[in-house]
Amino acid sequence: MGFPGSMSSISREDVEHLARLARLAVTDDELDRFAGQLDQVLSAVARVGEAAVADVPPMSHAVPLTNVLRADVVTPSLPRDVVLAGAPAAEDDRIRVPRILGDAE
Amino acid sequence: MTSTMGDRLVDYDELLTRYEPVIGLETHVELGTASKMFCGCATTFGAEPNTQTCPVCLGMPGSLPVANAAAIEATIRIGLALGCRIASWSRFARKNYFYPDIPKGFQTSQYDEPLCTAGHLDVEVDGETYRVEIERVHLEEDTGKNLHVGGATGRIHGADHSLIDFNRAGIPLVEIVTRPVPGAGAKAPEVARAYVTELREIVQALGASDVRMEQGSLRCDVNISLNPVGALEWGTRTETKNVNSLRSVERAVRFEMRRQAAVLDDGGRVVQETRHFHEDTGSTSSGRSKEEATDYRYFPEPDLVPLAPDADWIESLRASLPELPAARRARLQQEWGISATEMTWLANAGALGLVEETVAAGAAPGDARKWWLGDLARRANDAGVELAELAVTPTQVAELVGLVNDGTINDGLARQVLDRVLAGEGDPAAVVEAQGLAVMGESDELVAAVEAAIAGAPDVIAKVKAGKVQALGALVGAVMKTTRGKADAPTVKRMLEERVLGS
Repeated sequence: MGFPGSMSSISREDVEHLARLARLAVTDDELDRFAGQLDQVLSAVARVGEAAVADVPPMSHAVPLTNVLRADVVTPSLPRDVVLAGAPAAEDDRIRVPRILGDAE
Repeated sequence: MTSTMGDRLVDYDELLTRYEPVIGLETHVELGTASKMFCGCATTFGAEPNTQTCPVCLGMPGSLPVANAAAIEATIRIGLALGCRIASWSRFARKNYFYPDIPKGFQTSQYDEPLCTAGHLDVEVDGETYRVEIERVHLEEDTGKNLHVGGATGRIHGADHSLIDFNRAGIPLVEIVTRPVPGAGAKAPEVARAYVTELREIVQALGASDVRMEQGSLRCDVNISLNPVGALEWGTRTETKNVNSLRSVERAVRFEMRRQAAVLDDGGRVVQETRHFHEDTGSTSSGRSKEEATDYRYFPEPDLVPLAPDADWIESLRASLPELPAARRARLQQEWGISATEMTWLANAGALGLVEETVAAGAAPGDARKWWLGDLARRANDAGVELAELAVTPTQVAELVGLVNDGTINDGLARQVLDRVLAGEGDPAAVVEAQGLAVMGESDELVAAVEAAIAGAPDVIAKVKAGKVQALGALVGAVMKTTRGKADAPTVKRMLEERVLGS
């Protein structure tokens, strides 16, 4: 398949790494707890692997469809005020976000 | 991290005695589809911010993408033009990362199953051909556009906050990745530039994108490493982003070679990093430092079913390919009987299509080239526009050439006619008619002008009679001036000689 991500047990460091990637502030206690819980979840899912036999091809999609495409036709977009109303902050017709980079370069 | 300005640089020729460069290019092309990659939002460049978005391209929960058929076909056609193998099975994948300009928290891209692989592009530099192998051509979506507020001149560093316009988010983006190109040596900067130039021409010929680097519809990342001459292993590479013109591609490669040589000479190690190119100084500086290796956690996009182009589909796309630029140049060069160098001038001036159309409209190739590379190129240059943007059509240029060739006007008058055509006064023949710009015959008006010139310059006449025949030139000039250039200079000269010398 080639996509990374194995079904092996998950360590405290794995959780820390994933938490950082997901921008989640996880405490030390939670790291231990989540590592254990995630390990259980993964073990449960890993049982699928036991059913995978040589004549069952790996599957990423539940429906046997390919080439579902749309014609290159423009359809109406959302009104801007509706779009901006869904954002926490807006300025100059754009969505306003906090500073992207920290102080350290 | 690394200093931005004031990097020590090794002299270019000197570094080549010790190091060999390996280059690689990643080019992003924004496709010119009417609608976005996975939704029907328009893709109009320069639209008011956030007026071309919908739940799909804003990443709203529950929205579902559907791939744009025209974008898939354009990608396959680019792959075919580059001699790629087209995958019979290809999936989209989620590339997960957080950045404000990517609303979903992932970019829909392709990972290990790109649409096209294993192609090549041959480019020519100084009469030598370099083969650039293409690793892959894949399809993804563009990001939104950030506007940084509160820092120095819109830079992200030191900005107080940023503003996002999602109009660009979701526009189909094709990424074309080369394999590493060793062996270009001193020519590495030119090979890099020639590759991007040729790729741009191909994409343009396919009609897949308007490929305007200044508008960002073609963007280039340049990878460069140096290794000691004869070394078996390549050096550590840097990836320079923000390279927004063909000239910058060349400059970026040259700068990085000189900078890396200095690092290596000093016994240092080149840091594998992203660097940014600065147009104003021609230098690069270290980009965001990576505290950790990027971890995009790719996985197959569950909301888009796989692509499985069958042979019929691929062959019909292959049959739709136009004549590619290299083949076209070879054909025209032969048809017009010109040298490879002249061909390069025409191509670099963006005059190829214009000359071809002018010839098709009846002008001789030599005449068509003369006008487009001469007067018209000068005017385009003065106005700071592309040749094709001038307000004159190839048909009009052919008409102008015809008027010169049948003697209706001379070159000087033709320039006046051209001025008026460019000013929107109509076709050349109509301008000649309306302004009375045709060459004068030996009319009463011309005779009067000639005689007035003679009467007005007794000193010149005396010189001519004393044997200084070339002094007549001043009188020819005077007559041309009084007739506003409409007289035929050789005719004026003959008329003057007849009257002054009596021959």
